[in-house]
Amino acid sequence: MAAYRCKVLVIGGGPGGYVAGIRAGQLGLDTILVEAARVGGTCLNVGCIPSKALIHVAEQFEAAHRFTSDNALGISVSSPKLDLPKAMAWKDGVVGKLTGGVAGLLRKAKVRVIEGTATFKDGKTVEVAKADGESDTITAESIIIATGSESVELPFLPFSEDVISSTGALALETVPEKLCVVGGGYIGLELGIAYSKMGSAVTIVEMADRVLPLYDAELTGPVTKRLDELGITVLTGAKVTGAKGGSVEVVDASGATRHITADKVLVTVGRRPFTKGLGLENLALDMDRAFIKIDDRCRTSMRGIYAIGDVTGEPMLAHRAMAQGELVANVIAGQNDSWDKRCIPAICFTDPEIVSAGLQPEEAKKAGFETIVANFPFRANGRAMTMEREDGFIRIVARKDNHLVLGIQAVGAGISEMAAGFGLAIEMGACLEDIAGTIHSHPTRGEALQEAALKALGHALHM
Amino acid sequence: MGILRIKMPDIGEGIAEAELVEWHVAVGDPVQEDQVIASVMTDKATVEIPSSVHGTVVSLGGEVGSKIAIGSELVRMEVSGAGNISEEDATPEPVASEPVGAHAASPALEAPMPDPKAEPVPEAAAKASPAPVARPAVVAPTGGASAPRAEGEKPLASPAVRARAKEAGIDLRQVQGTGPAGRISHADLDAVFEKGAGQGGGSAKRGLAADTSVKDIKIVGLRRMIADKMTASKKHIPHITYVEEVDVTKVEELRATLNKTKRDDQPKLTLLPFLIKAVVLAVRDEPVVNAIFDDEAGVVHQYGGVHVGMAVQTPTGLMVANVKHCEARDLWDTAGEVNRLADSARKGTITRDELRGSTITITSLGALGGLVHTPIINHPEVAIVGVNKMQIRPMWDGREFVPRQMMNLSSSFDHRIVDGWNAATFVQRIKQLLEEPALLFMEG
Repeated sequence: MAAYRCKVLVIGGGPGGYVAGIRAGQLGLDTILVEAARVGGTCLNVGCIPSKALIHVAEQFEAAHRFTSDNALGISVSSPKLDLPKAMAWKDGVVGKLTGGVAGLLRKAKVRVIEGTATFKDGKTVEVAKADGESDTITAESIIIATGSESVELPFLPFSEDVISSTGALALETVPEKLCVVGGGYIGLELGIAYSKMGSAVTIVEMADRVLPLYDAELTGPVTKRLDELGITVLTGAKVTGAKGGSVEVVDASGATRHITADKVLVTVGRRPFTKGLGLENLALDMDRAFIKIDDRCRTSMRGIYAIGDVTGEPMLAHRAMAQGELVANVIAGQNDSWDKRCIPAICFTDPEIVSAGLQPEEAKKAGFETIVANFPFRANGRAMTMEREDGFIRIVARKDNHLVLGIQAVGAGISEMAAGFGLAIEMGACLEDIAGTIHSHPTRGEALQEAALKALGHALHM
Repeated sequence: MGILRIKMPDIGEGIAEAELVEWHVAVGDPVQEDQVIASVMTDKATVEIPSSVHGTVVSLGGEVGSKIAIGSELVRMEVSGAGNISEEDATPEPVASEPVGAHAASPALEAPMPDPKAEPVPEAAAKASPAPVARPAVVAPTGGASAPRAEGEKPLASPAVRARAKEAGIDLRQVQGTGPAGRISHADLDAVFEKGAGQGGGSAKRGLAADTSVKDIKIVGLRRMIADKMTASKKHIPHITYVEEVDVTKVEELRATLNKTKRDDQPKLTLLPFLIKAVVLAVRDEPVVNAIFDDEAGVVHQYGGVHVGMAVQTPTGLMVANVKHCEARDLWDTAGEVNRLADSARKGTITRDELRGSTITITSLGALGGLVHTPIINHPEVAIVGVNKMQIRPMWDGREFVPRQMMNLSSSFDHRIVDGWNAATFVQRIKQLLEEPALLFMEG
């Protein structure tokens, strides 16, 4: 049993925690990071990165498969095969490189990493239970809770060999013949589409009346259309009531009970903050439902205790956690920093992809703005045509009175790469004239952004 | 709409030019009739120049510190009626080479808050313009640039500006954004820093911190005049300073008695009238100290009349008011004149004539007078008498120490004209007169 003392203790090595650790190290604060598994958290190990790797595999395989029949490009391929264990090994290699990189960055910042599960003893002391049964005690001036989130389990559909979470879906050894996805949010759609492309017959069951209910119907339209093209069955307004022996029981929109046969059931009904075993009962933190309540400096209700990332609420996104991680280290180092972001862009890596930065039209209206909304479709974009993907559009929401850009949304193949530009425009306080007056390189999908701004100003050139 | 030129008015006494010490308006400001637009200074009097019309300032005729000739352009205003400038010479003289249209538009660009009403291109000027008329507003087409943020609305600024504001402890909600949609730029923050510099802008930081700020103060007006005068005096005059102590017990007793028995219409007496009286009498013995030395011409103008310059501390700086012809005044008359001049100097109503023509100067800081000081001669005079503080000191009367009311006189003389012997004789005579105040009133 060892006892440590430090200035800053970070609990959790995900995108929030490791960034907080690196930044604290940069600022010269003596820092310890405790992580139960590998650093990188959900994002690197069982989230963003492996799922994107799998989506890439699926896309390549689907493209190859498409060339087995007559196609406009004149390419012919005969019976492509997918060796899923090999693809998974490649994916694990990518993950390994990244988690190794993070560990290296933490070392470089002189952050000590202790492997184990942390439990609060009091507001300054944490006990770390290690794999070998030993436990360490760490006393710190400031403690950052960055324990993240975990998949929600349905009580009538507990996780098992055949009922899997997103984590399980990223580690399958064979492509299931029939896959039932419970929950039509972005995680379910991303993985459902990927498995569909790898050959599964996929059924998506969603309680709301359409998939991706957090985005407006205009944005999700192209995705719904593509789901149909891919042969994915979508049951909306449907409720899963149970499962037994390779069959999922669903009450559909009309009230009829249906049975969907499936080899695997993927449950993606949401994520909840992970605080199990953290010993929060030994603290007196104010909570916001299951989340830890924080202020604009990531301070909890207890002095010296901070929280960042998924454990603090929606949106549960890695880049939000990273921004908070940097901020919280600055705050602990005594800098006058606070949360002042204008937008946290969100991306669905569906097919086509969806990006939303800032306010969507309805949200802007609700916020009391008189708005101008304009969108520019990719069917009028040269680059989109050359890539055989003319579905989708870029849409701008701006204030009517001073043309301040309130939101930019887009749906289209590969559009996720434009999220940075959307975020930059909003964060800089760009007006329609700023975007319209910026040269957007030709031929790119990005031209649609400039055109949307021009259209909002009443003089689109290519429409 | 017309453009009207307001000229630098004749402010009297044959003055040819005046120094501009302050602008009370800026380009783009609306101005009411009779509103003060500028302060100018002649010798030591500051004059405020009011506007003769109602309108909007289009251009200013000079920078603070510059000299403006009487009759030249002070400001140019846009007025609703006809102006007094024809189309041909609508361009202000200093920028005659600039195209009319371009220049006329520039005030709007410089103005921090373009006012759509202050349409910057006067029709007449635009018509006469050979150059294409510049589009007035390069800012947001909706005029949102100057729109103040609505209640509760978040300030709009780039992340870099936000970070800089945070570091400096500035609340961006308090900052006016001049960019499109009210965006706060680095320049807007600069303006806040500049404004805050004078009022301890570093309030955000607590505790001890190195203050690396440097405040640049343009030396203009009275302060420049004082600086010039002091330099001239120290540069040209080899000073000799002579200090002597005076027993003022008797003169203080006399002063107390006179103050007690004076008529209501008579002014309260300070020591200064007694000292002036003593100087007047001492000058009879040493007329060399009551003079003006024109060193360029090599002539000393030795005066019959004693015009005593009296140093007065005013809110804007040091002035020397002239108590004229003290040889023709009795004690009460001198006291009245001293009070009147000190009063008007402090109020700023003193005239130029009352600030010049002295032939010898007395400087006194009263209780702040210290034990000794080395007064600088009021150039081109040749002598100055400095009064130090009064205090009770133990004095030896031959048998024992007795408490006496004592005061030092520190006096400087132009050693080119006044020899040490004359200086000493002059001061000793003053000492004698003050110590036996009855002598002050022995005529002949």
